Amino acid sequence: MYGLNFDVAHFLAGSLVLVSLLQLYQVRLYALVNVFAAHAAILALSVGWQAFIQNAPHLYVTAFIALVFKAVIIPVALHRIIKQLGLQRGVETAVGVGLTMLAGIALVALSMVVMLRVTETADPLAREDLAFALSVLLIGLLMMVSRRNAVSQVIGFMSLENGLILAATGAKGMPLVVEISVAFSVLIAFIVIGIFLFRIRERFDTVDVQALDRFRGDQS
Amino acid sequence: MIQPIDAVSAVLAIPFVAAIVLAVLPGYKLTSRLNVLASALTFAAALQLLGDRPEPDAYLLIDDLNVVFIVLNTLVAFTTSWFSATYIAHELESGRLTPAYLRFYHAMYQVLMFSMNLALIANNIGLMWVAIEVATLTTVLMVGIYRTHQAIEAAWKYFILGSVGIALALFGTILVYMAARPAVGEGADGMVWTVLMANAHAFDPALLNVAFIFLLLGYGTKVGLAPLHAWLPDAHAEGPTPISAVLSGLLLNVALYAVLRFKLLLAANEQAIAPGPLMMLLGLLSLIFASFMLYRRRDIKRLFAYSSIEHMGIITFAFGMGGPLANFAGLLHMTMHSLTKSAIFFAVGHISQIKGTQKIADISGLTETHPVLGWGLVLGVVAIAGMPPLGIFMSEFLLVTSTFAREPVLAILLVFGLLLGFGALMLRVSGVAFGEPKGSTAPADASYVPMFVHLAIVAVAGVYLPAPVVAWFQNVAKLLG
Repeated sequence: MYGLNFDVAHFLAGSLVLVSLLQLYQVRLYALVNVFAAHAAILALSVGWQAFIQNAPHLYVTAFIALVFKAVIIPVALHRIIKQLGLQRGVETAVGVGLTMLAGIALVALSMVVMLRVTETADPLAREDLAFALSVLLIGLLMMVSRRNAVSQVIGFMSLENGLILAATGAKGMPLVVEISVAFSVLIAFIVIGIFLFRIRERFDTVDVQALDRFRGDQS
Repeated sequence: MIQPIDAVSAVLAIPFVAAIVLAVLPGYKLTSRLNVLASALTFAAALQLLGDRPEPDAYLLIDDLNVVFIVLNTLVAFTTSWFSATYIAHELESGRLTPAYLRFYHAMYQVLMFSMNLALIANNIGLMWVAIEVATLTTVLMVGIYRTHQAIEAAWKYFILGSVGIALALFGTILVYMAARPAVGEGADGMVWTVLMANAHAFDPALLNVAFIFLLLGYGTKVGLAPLHAWLPDAHAEGPTPISAVLSGLLLNVALYAVLRFKLLLAANEQAIAPGPLMMLLGLLSLIFASFMLYRRRDIKRLFAYSSIEHMGIITFAFGMGGPLANFAGLLHMTMHSLTKSAIFFAVGHISQIKGTQKIADISGLTETHPVLGWGLVLGVVAIAGMPPLGIFMSEFLLVTSTFAREPVLAILLVFGLLLGFGALMLRVSGVAFGEPKGSTAPADASYVPMFVHLAIVAVAGVYLPAPVVAWFQNVAKLLG
């Protein structure tokens, strides 16, 4: 309909949503980390393709960061953390997997309805990209609220950030400042998370956020 | 500007350099004094902005609106650093913090000041977003600094909720860029405030509407509006008290400033939805919810954290309603709340150090054992609850009368919320301040000056506002539409 450029971009962004949904039914931590690595790799491809069709070389930098940092370094580090801390290998869910999947599908439908309706005047590529990006973002949020382990919440947060980068690169000509800052803040965010994971480990035998709730001071 | 360094750069450069210096210098006496000095210098630089105002460039902007925020921000930062110096000395003695952590604490304090000032001065919505994110991350680290179970839980919760808010805000920022692109063109201009404001009438209204929803929810999380407030009480209660004061008095305002900026953007586009009603809804909800929650608090810092939610609700409501009078009331209330709430936290910080507890039930009879602190707290609470003739009464009175004139039904809800909060605070403070003394009666090693400076300003503002200040606030209120 719109030619090859559009089809490939569409395919990649769609795959990102699909992998987001895949994350929702992973019940083992290692598998979840691996799916996240795939998520980041697809993001890198998608950003790379946007760089190519928009003729915007600075986007290759973003793609490169996504590939090296998010698809390789972070998954490897998370594998290490899981092993060294001897975390439980299972993912504890607050809501059942079936229900989460249904909610995920509903969120995708919601973002399509919202974004496609309000962006009628925008160019078709950016439009679809925004709709997909919102789906990825909402699924990331869903994952953060439906999981109990700190590690899976962190992964939920990072896939949410992937959705943001998809949106930022889809918006043609968005200033470079933002992409760098996004990548940079992810880095900072991860350092913070790392510190927290270790601190939590120091004090508790679990990285399970539920365990933290027991220590709440003000039971009301 | 041929001067070697102008005031705008100074407001950013002083905290930035101070952060680096404080990170490497040992010795808490020296560093806490340097911290005060750096904050004082930043305040002095901010005062200069009142007079000479440079032209906006692609990244930095000084206008009537943000000058109010910057001056307030640097003033409270300065007094808080003063309070922090005595507070921290006590923490070191009691062994809750080690010297290495103190170095980190002081550096982080200045990084926080830097990022808040940057968020206020930024002329670029992307840059503003980055600055608010940095401010969030620094406060997360500060909240977790005691490394107790509660502190880590609070920091983690704050981190997760704050990140979600920040992420939603970034999505909103991207949507604003998308909405602006057809009118402004591609590239860096699409994120510059002054350019955006000049072209707002030509933006795509549908996209702008959706963008505002995301921005309101995103930055609203940081403002602490119900139902997105869950992080706020924990973060206030578990971190060091100077940080509670800075969070309540400053960071909430900075997030609110971001919301206000985007509200102006929507107001400049005739076809977009009116942003006011949404803000009024969230504001009222926060006010009434927090007022009810005040009754069930057992921890004194949590009590005042809920009171912050209540007051941010009032301020958001005022700005949401708009119009010269309500905006004036909102601005005044914001200033008064920052000053009063931080003064209360100064008192509470010393009190909980003396008593060794934050439990309301374990503190009583303060006016007998520690008259200065006790009466200071009473005065602060009386002010924050809105008793005449103090400053907060003035702004609440203005807001209530202008609401009655325009939305009588909402005015009833507003008054209901205010009275509810008033009752709760009076009930709690009477237990803490009067009655049989409980707990340690050790003499207080406190710095009273910051607390009483704040309270004095609030008390004077209740009866007399200098004409230049009134003219200034009126001007900003008109600007806010």
